[in-house]
Amino acid sequence: MRITVGGEKRDVDEALTIRKLIEIDKVETPEYVTVSVNEEFISKDVFDSYSLKDGDEVEFLYFMGGGR
Amino acid sequence: MKITISKSEYDRIYKHALAERPNEACGLIAGFDGEDGIRNITKVYLLTNVDHTNEHFSIDPAEQLAAIKDMRRNELKPLGNWHSHPETPSRPSEEDKRLANDSKASYLILSLQDESDPVLNAFHIENIDGEKTVRKEELVIIGG
Repeated sequence: MRITVGGEKRDVDEALTIRKLIEIDKVETPEYVTVSVNEEFISKDVFDSYSLKDGDEVEFLYFMGGGR
Repeated sequence: MKITISKSEYDRIYKHALAERPNEACGLIAGFDGEDGIRNITKVYLLTNVDHTNEHFSIDPAEQLAAIKDMRRNELKPLGNWHSHPETPSRPSEEDKRLANDSKASYLILSLQDESDPVLNAFHIENIDGEKTVRKEELVIIGG
């Protein structure tokens, strides 16, 4: 199936989970990453079970914050 | 690395940071890395600090996503972020360092500690052997 990750189209295996995609992409410091699929933010609790579908648009967003 | 930002984009950061006081203000920076090794900030994004305090900032993820898509549409490269320190100097705090997780990013901090003399600095923050290392970058405000 074909999905879009960070604006780039890719062919991936069926039933790819968000957790697996994070592993494949070697996302750094995943604990600070928010994931959206088709502009909906996905809870970290379901990364292991959330299967991506053909045509999904995925974005990895790094948490950006700080303090004085 | 040398970084440039136009006076007009700098002014947008400054005015937004002033308006958001006493809270910290924040946003993203975008532009392009030139072949001459100079990083050029051509657009800043003024985003919501969802913490709404003078001690922390967290960029609204929905606005962050919208900004990233805008950059993509306009063929701009995400270059990092900016935030204000309403009451403290322009240098990364321990929390700033802890939460800086992108070694390719530039981190801009605008201090309003002295309102009559705002200070904007840029920093590179990298995790080296488990320790966050900070390097100040040369930042030039260009144009009138």
